[in-house]
Amino acid sequence: MVLSAGDKTNVKTAFGKIGGHAEEYGGEALERMFVTYPQTKTYFPHFDLSHGSAQVKAHGKKVAAALVEAANHIDDIATALSKLSDLHAQKLRVDPVNFKLLGQCFLVVVAIHHPSVLTPEVHASLDKFLCAVGTVLTAKYR
Amino acid sequence: MVHWTAEEKQLITSIWAKVNVEECGAEALARLLIVYPWTQRFFSSFGNLSSPTAILGNPRVRAHGKKVLTSFGEAIKNLDNIKATYAKLSELHCDKLHVDPENFRLLGNILIIVLSAHFAKDFTPTCQATWQKLVGLVAHALVYKYH
Repeated sequence: MVLSAGDKTNVKTAFGKIGGHAEEYGGEALERMFVTYPQTKTYFPHFDLSHGSAQVKAHGKKVAAALVEAANHIDDIATALSKLSDLHAQKLRVDPVNFKLLGQCFLVVVAIHHPSVLTPEVHASLDKFLCAVGTVLTAKYR
Repeated sequence: MVHWTAEEKQLITSIWAKVNVEECGAEALARLLIVYPWTQRFFSSFGNLSSPTAILGNPRVRAHGKKVLTSFGEAIKNLDNIKATYAKLSELHCDKLHVDPENFRLLGNILIIVLSAHFAKDFTPTCQATWQKLVGLVAHALVYKYH
């Protein structure tokens, strides 16, 4: 899966429009993931996962920051997220299937807050981008 | 045996009552073909699918999208017996259409995003969870008769 020049533009533009809300959207995507796919909660036994949890919000900010970082370095996501990739491979070891689940929830959040941003073309580009991020984060698993 | 709470049934029927099946179906199918272009393999007879604009404007895509989502409505009318409702369609998708079941999952996820864009804040996390459960069950029912 290769991001075309058009995809990269779409992703950067979308994140530009999302702007400062990205942090909040990270938390909302996580909450939706925990509710929709309860098996994902198994990675957070140490968290309060109730609605409005400060821990989920804080974690959502981290996740969003990583997505923004990837979007800002979209020509070399692997380098931009190299440390996170190491972390996921050596310590977190989140099963690869879960990145698609979070990706789906992130797209849902963007659709809810910015339906006009999520044209079919941008939807395609963002979906590809989120897949690319998941691929980078699991690249060193084995 | 699938179990639906009263709340889940309410979340499904209240959203469905406000869905324009023709528009929503057309958009969902078009997005499937745009976001996951390999799904176009099943629609080589549909004419011009060469660009997102062509796909969105293609009358056969629109008509087929409406057909697919209308059929989805049957599941909603028969929430307690989705497998039986889709038995014949399952055989059709296996024996005649030869559709990889992964495609049902992809379309289900696209439908969720279309509903999200349309219903915005009304598409609460619980609502999303309920609808993801529904699309998952529909996909499962469509695979059920595969052999």
